Amino acid sequence: MPIECKDVSFTYAPATAYEIHALKNINLRIEDHEFIGIIGHTGSGKSTLIQHFNALIQPTSGTILYNGEDIWGQNYNRRTLRSEVGLAFQYPEHQLFENDVLSDVCFGPMNQGLTREEAEPEARKALLQVGFKEKNFLKSPFELSGGQKKRAAIAGVLAMNPKILILDEPTAGLDPRGRDNILDQIAELQSVRGITIILVSHSMEDIAKYTRRLIVMNQGEVVYDDAPHEVFSHYEELEKMGLAAPQVTYLMNGLKKRGLPVDLKADTVAEASKSILKALREVDSPLLKEGGSHV
Amino acid sequence: MFKDITLGQYYPGDSVLHRLDPRTKLIGTLAFIISVFIFHTFPGYAVATVFLAAVIWLSRIPPRLIFKGLKAIMLLLIITVMFNIFLTPGEIVWSWRFLKVSREGLSLSGRMAIRLTYLVTGSSIMTLTTTPNQLTNAMESLLRPLNRINVPVHEIAMMMSIALRFIPILMEETDKIMKAQTARGADFESGGIIKKVRNMIPLLVPLFISAFRRANDLAMAMEARCYHGGGGRTQMKPLRYAMIDYAAFVILTVYLAIGAVFRIVGI
Amino acid sequence: MGIIKALGLVFDYLKYDEEGNVEDTQRAIDDVSLDIEEGDFIAILGHNGSGKSTLAKHMNALLLPTEGTMWVEGIDTSKEEKLWRIRQKAGMVFQNPDNQIIASVVEEDVGFGPENMGIPTEKIWKRVDDSLKAVGMLSYRNHSPNRLSGGQKQRVAIAGVMAMRPKCIVLDEPTAMLDPIGRREVLDAVHELNREAGVTVILITHYMEEAIEADKVFVMDNGKVVMQGSPREVFSQVETLKSYRLDVPQVTELAYELSQAGVKLPQGILTIEELEEALCR
Repeated sequence: MPIECKDVSFTYAPATAYEIHALKNINLRIEDHEFIGIIGHTGSGKSTLIQHFNALIQPTSGTILYNGEDIWGQNYNRRTLRSEVGLAFQYPEHQLFENDVLSDVCFGPMNQGLTREEAEPEARKALLQVGFKEKNFLKSPFELSGGQKKRAAIAGVLAMNPKILILDEPTAGLDPRGRDNILDQIAELQSVRGITIILVSHSMEDIAKYTRRLIVMNQGEVVYDDAPHEVFSHYEELEKMGLAAPQVTYLMNGLKKRGLPVDLKADTVAEASKSILKALREVDSPLLKEGGSHV
Repeated sequence: MFKDITLGQYYPGDSVLHRLDPRTKLIGTLAFIISVFIFHTFPGYAVATVFLAAVIWLSRIPPRLIFKGLKAIMLLLIITVMFNIFLTPGEIVWSWRFLKVSREGLSLSGRMAIRLTYLVTGSSIMTLTTTPNQLTNAMESLLRPLNRINVPVHEIAMMMSIALRFIPILMEETDKIMKAQTARGADFESGGIIKKVRNMIPLLVPLFISAFRRANDLAMAMEARCYHGGGGRTQMKPLRYAMIDYAAFVILTVYLAIGAVFRIVGI
Repeated sequence: MGIIKALGLVFDYLKYDEEGNVEDTQRAIDDVSLDIEEGDFIAILGHNGSGKSTLAKHMNALLLPTEGTMWVEGIDTSKEEKLWRIRQKAGMVFQNPDNQIIASVVEEDVGFGPENMGIPTEKIWKRVDDSLKAVGMLSYRNHSPNRLSGGQKQRVAIAGVMAMRPKCIVLDEPTAMLDPIGRREVLDAVHELNREAGVTVILITHYMEEAIEADKVFVMDNGKVVMQGSPREVFSQVETLKSYRLDVPQVTELAYELSQAGVKLPQGILTIEELEEALCR
């Protein structure tokens, strides 16, 4: 079920002193089973864009098609759309409200018309799939740690069985371990459920590790839409937008300039490590000879 | 984009009225309101109109902004006028079935309409030329004598100014929570009144919890910055009357004196 | 004795039942001793729930130790009559920028601390000017905080603390809610204050990159200080850090992986330049 944006523009407070052109002529197509990263600094329009995907915001001009249908068409059911295109916002505190986690996660499915009995299995499945421990199911959502709240909030959207799951900064405020856990879980979800994941993040490192397509937003426009390593090769332009490529990209470029034949496509620690080792062997580096016992 | 809503309706500017001490404006508004109740004849209202027009002109605020405040009370105005016209007994000038209009009714409703309109216009000018914070400061300063009878004037003023700071933040948060719940299929629009109220729970619970957390954080941040109530506190922007304030007080006194004279003479 | 010193510090969070009896205690800080030199830039690292924020709140007497002692500039924080002096000496900046800005105009917020301290009006203005200048926010003095970015708000909060002329500022995860640009702004401002004004900085964070330029790093886990030393000393122990649920900067991790694979590299590489240099020798 692809999403398509055709010439989508959005203006906040049009014709006033506070007018902001948040999106300018966006053209995009999101295919099934993709794992997409969206990056851009605050105010770049990325949050506005994702809220267009599930009809929380109506574009000022242009059309958005879901599965070929205009989602702002006359008889289009936008509530059904919202359960097919799930959006989990950045702050779990903005959605958790029930007495216990399980009931909270049932909220979405029950809004879809399921009874509590029918909703509960969906909720349980979703909670387990995001790595939420069963022993905490009946805890109050307000007693949870930051990471657990985040999981409960994502499960709250996942339980509605969306075909596309949009995650706005799922790792903000989490510590490194919590961050890696949750991203691993999301990556697994993508393959287990076969759904499309759109990950909005500030972290280039996370995007490089998990996604296969990266959309860079700046001043309401899509500036890059390509494989992450291709986007990172424009690291100088990214810096001008207040963004930065992963540290590894800078290192690889620096090494290449100094004559080490490394692969510039490497944008994760694992890839870089492999490529550097290979390059060091090619140039017969003294660094390997002295201590290279188990290579 | 709730943060774009300016609370109150302050219109930035640098007119004489903007530069007046907020206490002067508060007292002035009060004096004007009293005056429209003192005046009760046509020449009296003419004086009040001249005074109001002069103030509007001095404020340099587009008049349409000033009169916008009237729209909100239009319904109230119409109801008041209707009641007064039809329900005041006296010399009947017109009647149709059970509806009777008396001369007294007409004159009373006319006076009510003028008073209500002038009252709202006068206070609008004050809120348009004074920031909410300045108003809070003015109230704190004017009510300070109440401290002696143990009214916590400073604390009340502090609470008001914090509320002014947080209302836009909480409004924006309400918007975000609504979106988060809408994304989970919540429906805030359809259904009858009971269903609507019940549907508000997913919005209100997170909002209240967030407000309490913010209050807690804020109290800690204030304590960390040595806040310990009004005692021993100095002010960065203490209110000081300047020449224009004294001039304003002279004008106000003259204006009120005219009102008193009119009343006594019976014009 | 340094500007901040803790000896055998213990703190228990108490949980009460309905009758008000202590039902449960949870040890948030477990026998922590440390001594911080004046003028240093200190980073305290730890995962969420490691006790680092609880420790920070002791430095400003927002919390008082269950056992042991905390001194700020030689004053025991449990001495109630010195409370305001302690809070003025050790200023505190919190995580959420919105929840610590009190006034609706930037300059009035910065003046809030000095007002509470009873500083005369003219001197408040001087302090507000100086502090806003120090964090590069002078041109925003008449703005509403609601119209600022996260990084700008946090700099206003820092200016608000600086206007109290503290010897030391404690920042409790000041960047956790900011985007990368905001993080950079806040860190630059804090480093500048440390260098130019000689203010002792205690930065509590879980972003490892922010600790690289510190003079000294403490790592907390389970209420205890488990590692301490220069950033290089601490970050060279990649495996140990990982066991405390922490991360190392990407280059440090890469250098570690390479040396595990047999490449001869110096220990504790912290920056891209260092690794580049080491690999192309």
